[in-house]
Amino acid sequence: MNTQGKVFKYPDNVDTDVIIPARYLNTPDAKELSLHCMEDIDTEFVKNVKTGDVMVAGWNFGCGSSREHAPLVIKTCGTGCVIAKSFARIFYRNAINIGLPILECEEAAEEINQNDEVKVDFDTGVITNLSTGKTYKAQPFPPFIQNIIKSGGLLKSLKEGENNG
Amino acid sequence: MGMTMTQKILAFHAGLENVVAGQLISAKLDIVLGNDITTPVAVNEFKKAGFDKVFDKDKVAIVLDHFVPNKDIKAAQQSKTCREFACSHCVSHFYDVGKMGIEHALLPEQGVVTAGDCIIGADSHTCTYGALGAFSTGVGSTDMAAGMATGMAWFKVPPAIKFNLTGELPSNCSGKDVILSIIGMIGVDGALYKSMEFTGEGVKNLSMDDRLCICNMAIEAGAKNGIFPVDDVTLEYLSGRSEREPVVFTADEDAVYEKTIDINLSEIVPTVACPHLPENTHPASELSNIKIDQVVIGSCTNGRLEDMEATFKILNGNKIAQGIRCIIIPGTMQILRECVQRGWYTAFIDAGAVVSTPTCGPCLGGYMGILAEGEKCIATTNRNFVGRMGHVDSEVYLASPHTAAASALTGYITEFKEA
Repeated sequence: MNTQGKVFKYPDNVDTDVIIPARYLNTPDAKELSLHCMEDIDTEFVKNVKTGDVMVAGWNFGCGSSREHAPLVIKTCGTGCVIAKSFARIFYRNAINIGLPILECEEAAEEINQNDEVKVDFDTGVITNLSTGKTYKAQPFPPFIQNIIKSGGLLKSLKEGENNG
Repeated sequence: MGMTMTQKILAFHAGLENVVAGQLISAKLDIVLGNDITTPVAVNEFKKAGFDKVFDKDKVAIVLDHFVPNKDIKAAQQSKTCREFACSHCVSHFYDVGKMGIEHALLPEQGVVTAGDCIIGADSHTCTYGALGAFSTGVGSTDMAAGMATGMAWFKVPPAIKFNLTGELPSNCSGKDVILSIIGMIGVDGALYKSMEFTGEGVKNLSMDDRLCICNMAIEAGAKNGIFPVDDVTLEYLSGRSEREPVVFTADEDAVYEKTIDINLSEIVPTVACPHLPENTHPASELSNIKIDQVVIGSCTNGRLEDMEATFKILNGNKIAQGIRCIIIPGTMQILRECVQRGWYTAFIDAGAVVSTPTCGPCLGGYMGILAEGEKCIATTNRNFVGRMGHVDSEVYLASPHTAAASALTGYITEFKEA
């Protein structure tokens, strides 16, 4: 599995209220919600994002609320992957559970710039900045989490476990 | 190697003798919680995955609190989804309008959560129940769905930071000033993935409402959970309230902590977190030039009885400053009833405030006090992110009920001083 696309760069502490403001959370519809993704800090994101594009951010991405709507709207917009220096823990869990690929890599998050073209290989954790030619190696997931991702999310992995058990 | 209090609770629920930080475990759950925003997503996932019954109808709690009484048609649809699910699965802890409260004020009050529990909730402030000596953490809707289906959740055993509390709080401070001071000190990711374990001889001087408030905002430091030891204050609170027998876990003498931070409670001052991060803290006394438009006193952080009492003592017989909107939201119906019975409700109205039925409403910019462009609000809530309470160019200042009520009387951020 991999993704390739243009980079949207964000700062430290991007919180779930800016990823998807709570004022829209009167619906669980991901498509409808995704029209407002990032709008409080970047009104251009939804207009410009294309399938496979990559978000790159600083420390503590996804802090704040437990709303699963946050990784869901990022994924629904077409974002192929989020690379950050670190993720807030509930966001990290939610991203795995709904199948949004995320990678922690401090060096890549520091050096990759807005509008760079990057390629990400999830199996190896290798991030290639095609605009500069530089490659980075992200921390791979532990096998337990890889299994959840391979199954297509937490509930599917539980159902698989039920069927196998 | 010794275990922290959190690690001991997790080991017990995983059926293991010992666990170490970093270990992945699967643990049995005592309560799985959701609200009117997160439950509909969980219900959808639950059904999509083909599950047809909840693991235990007495161990699922669904609280309608964010947008109820329904703020609009879409919110009404979400409440309806929750109601139908709760009804069809005979969920015994289902709280609808008239019975509901803000979930993290409600569940401890009703005795649904207790010491020694392992709890997940699809709401980030689920970490509140650590005040009772439980392991409790926020998760997303898919985890809630999996928890409802299987009664289990996976966790990575967290390392811990120990907060050694000494002394006693000044009378114009509360748990809110303690936790804001700590977040100011360690930052919004200062406890990322970790437990915040509060201990020391100062613990006995903190009321249960203070402890609930402190644990509530552990997530604002990125923590997995916050937790207090079980003492006489805890047992007295749980007595006659707790549905299940409390189980007391204590940290091992040789438990390993990543670091220890000493907090002298007597040195805490009234503290305010300025926009747009909870770590951006300053003493209230240094912010007296900041003019406000609105005051909100309530939320899962500060909508409890002691918060209402502090507000009453400051507002009673006084008038809210000209041009200031003051919104008071008791956390549960029981707290609201107490406010009525004790005459506080009348005092709030006489001061020029409005009082709402319990709701998360304004805290997350839902309704019941949304800010316009350029407006400033001092609130006893928990987040001051960009656009959190309304317009993207509005501002939220986080503070204690003492500071918020005192500010309501002057129209500027004001440190409360006893007369």
